[in-house]
Amino acid sequence: MAAEALVELENVVFTRGPHPVLAGVNMRIPRGAIVALMGASGGGKTTMLNLMAGTLRPQSGQIRIAGQDLQTLSEEAIYGLRRQMGMLFQHSALFSDLSAFENVAFPLRRHFRLPESVLRKLVMMKLEAVGLRGAAGLFPAELSGGMGRRIALARAVVMDPMLIFYDEPFTGLDPISVGIIAALIKRLNAALGATSVLVSHDVEETFSIADYGFILAGGKIIAEGSPDVLRNSDSALARQFLGGQPDGPVPFHYPTQQDYAAALRDNCSPGERF
Amino acid sequence: MAFLDFIPQMGRRTLQTVPGLGAASRFLLSSLLSIFNRHFSVQQLFRQIYGFGVRSLILMVVAAFFTGMVLGFQGYYALVRFGATSALGTLVALSLLRELGPVLTALLFAGRAGSALTAEISSMKATEQLSAMEMMAVNPLAWVVAPRLWAGIIAVPILCAIFDLVGIFGGYLISVPVLGVDGGTFWAQMQSNVTFSGDILTGLFKALCFGVVVTWIAAWKGYTARPTAEGVGNATTLSVVTASLTVLGLDFILTALLFS
Repeated sequence: MAAEALVELENVVFTRGPHPVLAGVNMRIPRGAIVALMGASGGGKTTMLNLMAGTLRPQSGQIRIAGQDLQTLSEEAIYGLRRQMGMLFQHSALFSDLSAFENVAFPLRRHFRLPESVLRKLVMMKLEAVGLRGAAGLFPAELSGGMGRRIALARAVVMDPMLIFYDEPFTGLDPISVGIIAALIKRLNAALGATSVLVSHDVEETFSIADYGFILAGGKIIAEGSPDVLRNSDSALARQFLGGQPDGPVPFHYPTQQDYAAALRDNCSPGERF
Repeated sequence: MAFLDFIPQMGRRTLQTVPGLGAASRFLLSSLLSIFNRHFSVQQLFRQIYGFGVRSLILMVVAAFFTGMVLGFQGYYALVRFGATSALGTLVALSLLRELGPVLTALLFAGRAGSALTAEISSMKATEQLSAMEMMAVNPLAWVVAPRLWAGIIAVPILCAIFDLVGIFGGYLISVPVLGVDGGTFWAQMQSNVTFSGDILTGLFKALCFGVVVTWIAAWKGYTARPTAEGVGNATTLSVVTASLTVLGLDFILTALLFS
């Protein structure tokens, strides 16, 4: 982690309503690395991606991307910075009224006035990189989940971004597609000289490609390090998460005020009914 | 005690509503001004005008034709008792131009295009397409909302003008060939009693206001919908109900202001 940091978070606090989602997060993501961000569902991982992308603003703390403090940047400047970012969404987020080709071409068409022949070459190169040049004419409704995710990946990297975010890239995919996506993330990160931030629950697949990982719980980073370091972490919470144990610091039972025996009795008042 | 409960409840409601109205107004203003954003596309605008206007045309024409014919019948029934059937042309034209044309066009537009607009934007939100656009440094207000908003504002007055024309023709078909009112009198009375600025422009101005309100509500409801299947359904229903009631309420205010 000695390399120059591309993304830095310092004491970032983010609350949604009365609930603190992030309670003072510090993080440093080195340039060129694939960094995994893991934690239980609803733990604020996607929120962190949105904060890094500038689509959300923290209540306090600093977020720096390539040395630029997002809080001091205007909306226009953040839009400018986002042209150097790509994001693969959990459900692909492909534009349903555009073909696979047009989906990948969308950012290029919006930002540059390229001759059609050049644009076609750029898009085809990215589609070839994800192995779906043959699916260029298909519409999102005609693609399988794995294919959709690969098209969305081609779209996320079509502008050759310096920073790529992956929000749950393996969720809902068959093992072959998971393997393909994992290999593509690794290959594209190296080929583009980019930095990748990967939010995922899939411990094994994520550790197979990540250089470094953070585990988020209770709005804080509870463990960080290389996959090997994380596997041997002292934190009971990290061990429960990585080992997939059903009970531990995160309890199996959702907290309730009601006694179990009382809940089983039939004579509870109407207010206690569910 | 019930009255004392009512006061804080009213305060709470007001505190909830006012920021919402403020946010919706900012949304409208930002979207309208997005016409100057580099991602605003004239091609998208024309596509939306086609979508809203041309595809709503059959509905408007059929509704206008029947409305005009009903006005012919009802007007004749009322006027024949006073021996004033010669004023039927004026009655049909003024009813349509000043009132029924703008209001019915707006209500039908809210049901046909407004609901589709809400469903489209809220579905895009639910499937993260709007977020994806933002991540690609494309402002969704400029690319998605602004062309639709401007298309609605442009399309509704044009649809209203067509509604008026077809409605008057429907009224003529019932009044003259069916009920036997003199054709020359029908048109001459209409020509002498309908003014361009007082009646025609007033009606089109109303339609313009309704166009802004209906598309604004539809786009806002879609943009703020909960990103779930239920959220999309609720937003679509709310869009039509809110837009329809707002059109009727606004119609009263505009009529009172423009009444002369």
